[in-house]
Amino acid sequence: MKDTPDFDADRRAWMGLIACAPAGRVAALLDGATARPAFVWLRAPEFGSAMVQGRTGASGAPFNLGEMTVTRCALRLTGGEVGHAYLQGRRRADAEAAALVDALMQTGAAGDLRAHILDSLAAEAEARRETRAGKAAATKVDFFTMMRGEA
Amino acid sequence: MTRHDGLQPGFSDPAVDAAQAFRAIMRAMARPGTIETVSHMAPPAPLSAAAGAVLLTLCDAETPLCLAGAADCEAVRTWITFHTGAPFREAAQCSFALGPWAALTPLSAYPVGTSDYPDRSATLIVETPDLAPHGAVLRGPGIEEEAHLSLPETAAFRHNAAQFPRGLDCIFTCGDRVAALPRTTRVEGA
Repeated sequence: MKDTPDFDADRRAWMGLIACAPAGRVAALLDGATARPAFVWLRAPEFGSAMVQGRTGASGAPFNLGEMTVTRCALRLTGGEVGHAYLQGRRRADAEAAALVDALMQTGAAGDLRAHILDSLAAEAEARRETRAGKAAATKVDFFTMMRGEA
Repeated sequence: MTRHDGLQPGFSDPAVDAAQAFRAIMRAMARPGTIETVSHMAPPAPLSAAAGAVLLTLCDAETPLCLAGAADCEAVRTWITFHTGAPFREAAQCSFALGPWAALTPLSAYPVGTSDYPDRSATLIVETPDLAPHGAVLRGPGIEEEAHLSLPETAAFRHNAAQFPRGLDCIFTCGDRVAALPRTTRVEGA
């Protein structure tokens, strides 16, 4: 598409944040921040499966890890902005909210939404990551070998 | 900023609408000369509703598509790519071609299949300004006595039928109506 690289990276970041949010969270934040705008479905929410690929050691040859269920949809606001959403699982309502946020982020409401929705999601994601890292750190075992012989 | 002002919705109920459109196209193809109606949809201009329905029903990522004439515009390409994922190819490599008759001719540009594989041929989706059950006389499989259809010309279709089992199949679209002319139909002058 004709997006500048800068916009692409930015959009990728917010779509990633929205996709990783827990069920119902994006919809709750969206309704808390603004009234839902009018839109038409370009592609109503539909379920499908996507093959997830992995790479050994993150850089080896790609292999098929397995299939995951995906919900996707696309919509267009009355202003012409097109919002897309791809989420894990079967979540129609979440996909609609995610696509709305994606579309609204291309309008003048972007700054407002970023403050109300994206920053909250980023903080929550960081908190989840830290909790998990903390739990993992608590089980860490340091192995060491006692010096033998004379000290 | 991405602004796809031309991006239009496809079928409102994809599974049901596509099945009904497929049924209409199949009936039109089985009974050459009969005019069927497909469910309403609003593809980007200059596509007719019927042409849009045929594309969304028959095309996918494995059917190369050739756009000709006025149909070859950015809005149409964006719409087809979004809804079907069909790749755009030259006339010689396509399995579907779409456009007005004047832009689609000459028919020698399209693959007609081989004697061993007659299915490796193109299907033309012809946008016509007028579609009516009068004009050229059609005879052949699926027609009891004779049928009439307002064809843009007859010589090209006579030559097409003479190539059987190779040849092209045509779908004519006008507004929300669709008719078909398979390669088995013999066309005589009006």
